[in-house]
Parts: sequence; structure tokens; C-alpha cells
Amino acid sequence: MPLTESLRDDILASVPSLRAFAISLSGNGDRADDLVQETLLRALANIDSFQPGSNLPAWLFTILRNLFRSDYRKRRREVEDAEGNYAKTLKTQPAQGAHLEFEEFRAALAKLPQDQREALILVGASGFSYEDAATICGCAVGTIKSRVNRARSKLAALLYVEGAEDFGPDETVRAVIGTNG
Amino acid sequence: MKDLKSQASKSATPGKQGGLNAEIQSRIGHQLRAMYDDVVRQGVPERFADLIRKLDAPADTPQVRDDGGSNDRNDGRS
Repeated sequence: MPLTESLRDDILASVPSLRAFAISLSGNGDRADDLVQETLLRALANIDSFQPGSNLPAWLFTILRNLFRSDYRKRRREVEDAEGNYAKTLKTQPAQGAHLEFEEFRAALAKLPQDQREALILVGASGFSYEDAATICGCAVGTIKSRVNRARSKLAALLYVEGAEDFGPDETVRAVIGTNG
Repeated sequence: MKDLKSQASKSATPGKQGGLNAEIQSRIGHQLRAMYDDVVRQGVPERFADLIRKLDAPADTPQVRDDGGSNDRNDGRS
């Protein structure tokens, strides 16, 4: 369909969640915004292929996910650095306690296989149905369900079992950050 | 937060049980959404509002749209 004003507004309204998805995938704020920009350009260039009345966010997420996928192969090494860069991404965090918790959670999320991470984010954070997530990832609904389950199990193991031993270091980091403020 | 975490640590035995403890499931869901929503709440950065505004400009700048999705955009980046 043509780029009407309301379609443009809808695309703009999807930007915050596209960014959240991109950051969750790439772990790097700058790269995430590049991904979002490419997604928007590609979406606008191909707007004629968007079916009126179909799910616009799912269409945009599909574009972003495919861009990330093709980019990912080229940039595997940068992705491995994702954990370290995430701290910069979250510079705007107001609460230090929450910041730390996010860091820890993000680090665990980064350890998941790509397939599982994206499935978990789409269903658990973006709020897509299993069906929409399957469309976005180009796989079966059952595959999404099992990826989400495996992702949750792995996160639970990383955060709530193994993570219990990280208590001391956390306290230290908390104290160090506290003196900066 | 710490209290919740230490409680969860004690009761977490994924692998031994068939499924995940419901408390841990909800905790993971909560953290996932908190992390995600933190970015969502940042709204639309000016950069993207500008981009869409420019592309939405009247048809006297058609060459702008030709940029979309082309490989040229990757040039200075790798």
C-alpha cells in the first residue's frame, strides 16, 4: 500500500519496540540503532508490498530480524563482545540496583543460542503470539514453543542456580558504582 | 530484589523437576519485560523521527527513497 500518513505514524509508533528488539538481539546500542535505521529504510522502500490490514509490527520485526541474521554472519566476533558493550547501552539507567540486575540478566541472555534468544524475546517481551513469532522467524509454531521453553530453562539455570555464587562480586560492584554517584 | 533472588536460588532445581518452578518463570518474564520496556520507554529518538519525516516529504525529492535497503548503506561500516 502507499505510504499514507497513518501508516507512517504506525511505523513511527513501532520504533521503540523495534529498538528494544534490536538491542536484545545485538546487545549493542549503536549497532541496534543502525539496524533499526536499515529496517525503516527497507520497510519504506518496500512499503508497496505491505498488505493493508496485516500485522505491521510483525512485518517490521521480520525485516529487522532478517537484517540482523544476515549481518550476524558477517559480524560474529562483534556479537561475542555484546556483553561488554551493553553497559554503555544502558547508560541512562536511573536506578543502580535495577541496572545491575539488568546487566546480570542481559549477560545470561547473551549466553543463549540465537534461535532461543529471539524466540524468548518475541514471545516474552515483545508480546507476539507464538504464531506471529513463528512467522517472524520463518519456522513452525511448535519450534517456537520449544525454543522458548529451552530458553527459559537455560536462563533459570544461569541466573538462579549458578548465579547464586556471584553474590560477593555483585556487592563489590554495587559499592564501586555507589561511590561514583 | 536480592531477597527474591536468594529465595529463588534455594527453590530452583530445574533439571530435577519436569518443568520450571512457577516463581522462577514469572521472575524471568518480569526481568525480560523490564529490560525490554526500559528501551521502549526511551521513545522515538530524533534520528528516526527525522528519517521518517524526510522520507515522507512531498514527491520532489524522489531520489531519497532510492537509498532504501541498498547495499550502499553498508559502505563506511566494515
